[in-house]
Amino acid sequence: MSEHLTIYPIIIHLLIAILLLFFWMKPKIQRYISIFGSALGIVIAVLLFQCVWDDGIQSIQLGNWEAPFGISMVADTLAVSLIVLTNIVAFALSIYSTKNMVSSRVKFGYYSIFHFLIMGLSGAFLTGDLFNLYVWFEVIIISSFVLLTIGGRKIQIEGAVKYFTLNMISSIIFLTGIAMVYGVTGSLNMAELSRIIPEIENQGLIQTISLVFFIGFGVKSGVFPLYFWLPASYHTPPTAVSALFAGLLTKVGIYAMLRVFTLIFPLGEVNQIILMVIAGLTMFFGGIGALVQKDILRLFSYLIICHIGFMVGGLSLFTEVAIVGAVMYMFHDIIVKATLFMLGGVMLRIFGSTKMRDMGGLMDNYPKLSVLFAIPLFALVGIPPLSGFWPKISLFSASYSAGEMAMLVMFIFTSLITLIIIAKVWNKTFSEKVDIIERKPDFKYFEDFSWSEKAAYIVPIALLVGVTLYYSFFAEHFQLVAERIGEELMNTEHYYNAVFGIKEVTKL
Amino acid sequence: MEILLAIMTGVLYAAGIYMILRRSLVKLIIGIVILGNGVNLLIFLMGGLVKGRPPLISEDEKILEGLYADPVPQALILTAIVISFGLQSFAIVLIKRAYKVLKTDDIDTMNKTDDIT
Repeated sequence: MSEHLTIYPIIIHLLIAILLLFFWMKPKIQRYISIFGSALGIVIAVLLFQCVWDDGIQSIQLGNWEAPFGISMVADTLAVSLIVLTNIVAFALSIYSTKNMVSSRVKFGYYSIFHFLIMGLSGAFLTGDLFNLYVWFEVIIISSFVLLTIGGRKIQIEGAVKYFTLNMISSIIFLTGIAMVYGVTGSLNMAELSRIIPEIENQGLIQTISLVFFIGFGVKSGVFPLYFWLPASYHTPPTAVSALFAGLLTKVGIYAMLRVFTLIFPLGEVNQIILMVIAGLTMFFGGIGALVQKDILRLFSYLIICHIGFMVGGLSLFTEVAIVGAVMYMFHDIIVKATLFMLGGVMLRIFGSTKMRDMGGLMDNYPKLSVLFAIPLFALVGIPPLSGFWPKISLFSASYSAGEMAMLVMFIFTSLITLIIIAKVWNKTFSEKVDIIERKPDFKYFEDFSWSEKAAYIVPIALLVGVTLYYSFFAEHFQLVAERIGEELMNTEHYYNAVFGIKEVTKL
Repeated sequence: MEILLAIMTGVLYAAGIYMILRRSLVKLIIGIVILGNGVNLLIFLMGGLVKGRPPLISEDEKILEGLYADPVPQALILTAIVISFGLQSFAIVLIKRAYKVLKTDDIDTMNKTDDIT
């Protein structure tokens, strides 16, 4: 029972997705099932987290094939904490989607695909096999293609073409990397690879192969020269879908990087420099890109890119403190970025547009909402004690003690540029007064909403803001989790022992 | 044989990337298909080629001895082919839809989503 708990987060969403298919064309029932299923997902994720926290890394060999021959599923602290966050975001979004997604879209299987996507994410976090990771990535991208195109508006289709092409190419590059690893080592089990790789004589070749993986994951997570598909597509679908993508899809690329570059190919010196330069450029261009945007959703898309740099930067420093910082930043980013796009959806309903020139006076008209919206925006900047501030302590101190002043400067620069961007957003939308907006005739504005429709928009945002506040005021809990993750990632023998069923003498 | 397959893989990669860089949507899909086949061939090649030795244990033996063809790359290729089949069929529907909605086949004119105004 407890042994199988490891794969329950995958199975629960698979079952919910299949169940939803039986209610094809019945949007109302689908909504309830989805909310119920996501709530169940949180419960299972928390149970698994509890199990891993108490008993150390859990693993299961699928089909009972012994470790290097079959596919291992491994739940370590990094994987389970991300699954918990994924399920929280999924729960919030399935409430948010009840009103944000119109029935015609739900009829074409929105909720079903939504749960397939969550299943894919859980699978990608849990798998301990390189090729299996590729398969989960494909589950994720094919679900995301459908979510992106569902509804079929002109702009969505155009965004989807760009999204599709780049993600497809990144999968092909990732598969190329897998082929090379298999050719060199003859294994695909991550735990076994962590032992084989250091013994290979030609380390130059290994480092080169690891860069192939970096390009593959880099496209998915949106690092500097490979991010152009992201701002071209993330603002096109309904905001529920954008929020899901923003919160989780780019982070799965970062997760894969963290996993591959700690467990399989520990970063060499050259690769460290390459990653550092790319992280710096990502932060710079993401920030500059966000500065010039006039559409709020595109601005948020660029902010995603900008802050990916923090995580890649943390990884590139490759010390335990830096990894702790990167992981903590990832936790913060998943919640806040999802909240931002949901917030964008509310703004679209309030002002009838996502262009910033059509916005203004939010503070006067909706004072309570403004307070709610201000929290994620300020958390993003990292104003203490809000959640963005805590990971930066680890990142700054790690880059300082590693003597990487350029990295430190880039981190500070990015924090500053985020502040400028958020100040601009604040000025344009919250404080600045506008003349009466011309009302579009066939558009349902926020003020026309019934009580329950308003609740469907606001409650999930409040839920995620609540998580942000919890992070802010009880950051030591997250710090504790992140420190354990850092320890596990930097000492790969824990992972190896868990997969091969070797009892550890001293528990963590 | 290895040399031939290696050259073939290279040609498929080059042709795939060339086609992706063209401006037409249809050529984009063709490029992705070719690139996908190139990867499958690469996996096959990286597993090592062994001729006429299937990984089967004959009746009078207990274990597999000597060189034998590695079954793992073939399993991987099979999975990869099935996945890419699904994605390619999606892609073909997508470009048909894109052509209908956007009324163009030229990728260079698809720049509405990158408008910053």
